[in-house]
Amino acid sequence: MPKVTIVEDPVDGKGKTVEVENGTTVIRAAAQAGVEIPHFCWHPGLSVAGNCRMCLVEIEKMPKLAIACATQVSEGMVVHVNSDKAVEARKAILEFILINHPLDCPICDEAGECNLQDYTYSHGPGHSAFEEAKNKKPKRVPLGPNVVYDAERCILCSRCIRFMDEIAKEPTLTFVERGDRVFIDTFPGKDLTNPYSMNVIDLCPVGALTNREYRFKARVWETSSTEGICPGCARGCDVNIWVRNNEILRLTPRHNPEVNNYWICDNGRLNSFRHVNSGERLNSPMIRKDGVLQEAGWDEALAHAADALKPFSKDEIAVLGSAFASVEDNYVLRKFARQVLGTQNIDFFRHEIEGDQDALLIRADKSPNAYGALEVGVAPSKGADVNRIFELIASGKIKALYVMDDDIAATKEREELLAKLDVLIVNHWVSTKTTQLADVVFPSATFAEKFGTYVNFLGRVQLSRPAVSTLEQERVPGRFNMSRLDKFGSAFDKWNKGPRRNVRSSWEIISAIGSLLGGKMRYQSAEKVFDELAQSIPSFKGLSYARLGDRGAPLKKAKEEALVK
Amino acid sequence: MMTNGNGKTGPKLTLWEKLYFPEIIHGMSITIRAFFRPKFTRQYPEERWTPPPVFRGRPVLVMEDETKVERCVACGLCARVCPSLAIEVQAAETELDKERYPERFEINMLRCIFCGFCEEVCPEEAIIMSKDFEITFTDPRDAIFGKEKLLIPASHLKDRLEFLKQYR
Repeated sequence: MPKVTIVEDPVDGKGKTVEVENGTTVIRAAAQAGVEIPHFCWHPGLSVAGNCRMCLVEIEKMPKLAIACATQVSEGMVVHVNSDKAVEARKAILEFILINHPLDCPICDEAGECNLQDYTYSHGPGHSAFEEAKNKKPKRVPLGPNVVYDAERCILCSRCIRFMDEIAKEPTLTFVERGDRVFIDTFPGKDLTNPYSMNVIDLCPVGALTNREYRFKARVWETSSTEGICPGCARGCDVNIWVRNNEILRLTPRHNPEVNNYWICDNGRLNSFRHVNSGERLNSPMIRKDGVLQEAGWDEALAHAADALKPFSKDEIAVLGSAFASVEDNYVLRKFARQVLGTQNIDFFRHEIEGDQDALLIRADKSPNAYGALEVGVAPSKGADVNRIFELIASGKIKALYVMDDDIAATKEREELLAKLDVLIVNHWVSTKTTQLADVVFPSATFAEKFGTYVNFLGRVQLSRPAVSTLEQERVPGRFNMSRLDKFGSAFDKWNKGPRRNVRSSWEIISAIGSLLGGKMRYQSAEKVFDELAQSIPSFKGLSYARLGDRGAPLKKAKEEALVK
Repeated sequence: MMTNGNGKTGPKLTLWEKLYFPEIIHGMSITIRAFFRPKFTRQYPEERWTPPPVFRGRPVLVMEDETKVERCVACGLCARVCPSLAIEVQAAETELDKERYPERFEINMLRCIFCGFCEEVCPEEAIIMSKDFEITFTDPRDAIFGKEKLLIPASHLKDRLEFLKQYR
């Protein structure tokens, strides 16, 4: 284990000594010492290319400056990050990179989160010796259906090329031409259609690769970014949810070595938040009166739902949880079913699409929380499972059904069965076939509107935070991450008037009905629900929102299984 | 500190000034002399004033004369720098060379404080302070000026554009 000293301050010359593994590169050793060495082509998730030369540092007893990304540490190495020579070199490199860079930051989508922009401010020379006209190169080149390429902005770091080779394992991109005419293109006959293609957008250190959908929609500083969990499949990739004017504009991957590393699939990025912005969102509780669903107040609808469930005996009622809902929602539903209704008929639908999976991230199970729902006991130990529940509905033995956050009327047959029920109570975020058949409908909050934990297929519990405010939940600091506009805008500003839906978290709705039916289930927040279930369910023991943090924690059981393996 | 004889602060008066009447005549003579001087007041609504180029009237968007296209590329820097958050810009893609244009550009004139920061920050010289200071409306909703009110041909803004050239 060699010891290496990283000197950040050129004045006092005192560095920080860290002990690192053999074969560690200087840039990683510096990161361990808490020093960021500027870089463009190096990325922790990709192989080393060493072509941008931005990470040049001075190493004692070496005759020339060395690139920190490709130089391995050795015992007693002393690295000067900000010595005069290193600073001078960085200035020259930036001047060089900017020879043909268009500096169209006002137009460029990357502005505000651009490595080149940031480094030019912090390390650049502030002027250029090159007065010649800049190169003209292809602009607005579509690479595949979701990515647009601008060759003029490209600094040829090859991160995208390496990503397609090494991570997506589908070499699609390459350099073409030579010298100052080089740009990136797809191989002849190939297109950037890989299910992970959009990761190249995040990887691009400049604005050369842009998201076709997000292009020109918003500036980075107008949006807030919130740590969430992608609900697209059982992987539960960590994401940042970018919101402006209470509308989700994009998802980007968030680094978590235990789950998704630096990546996310295109389907998750593009489609997993569609339902939040959907025009089909339910915006008020509804009660069926004279055969028609009519809008009602929360108190009225909750009381109506409680009254509707009262006349049935415990065997006449069934409850369906959801793999799309959070652990808290499913826990409260189970408590509601077992303690308040007394029924054993509790289960949830699986959403597995066999074959639609791969070795990198995408899982066949298209729901984020099937593991969690099972873990909190949304499973028929003695009662009927989903198939049996439908059989019992057909034979008229089950007369009342509560459905949480799922559309169960997928087939015509099931639709007819649901119509046979005396009472069908549904909570969901959008209008579906199931909600159209229901007697009482509650609009529920989506993953982006509530605190909630999800357990991925590896048994990792992860916390998702609210990014979109609801009608009852003001956008307040502490609960929400705020953009500049959120902080300084007033209620009278047009751009502060994005739609806020009249929805509640499923656990809120169910615990309210439970309380009306005499159950002991009043919770102040999702965190309180989680604290209670962490007490009572052994595999969650010792977990809390604070413990979960940004990266989550494994279930106790999953941890032991991992140890056995 | 001086006292005026009554124990209160003020200039010390001479005997001549304390006599009162001579000073009234002195004052009247100033008034009467002003009758024969040139007039400074203006009969405002009938008689208009053209401000000099340095004047900061309401901010407007420059429209190119030939193409009838706004210079603005919707970068949002004016909205970012605006201390009173008066500006809202929504960008969109265009087929033109500039790639990006403001689909919606709104200035809330109830919020605008005419500081000129938007003009100063604009990388395209697309938003500039005009000579227009006559901004009236009877409904607060009319205070939000959209592109239809903001777009002014460059030929109408020559003075200010010339003036800004000195500071490039």
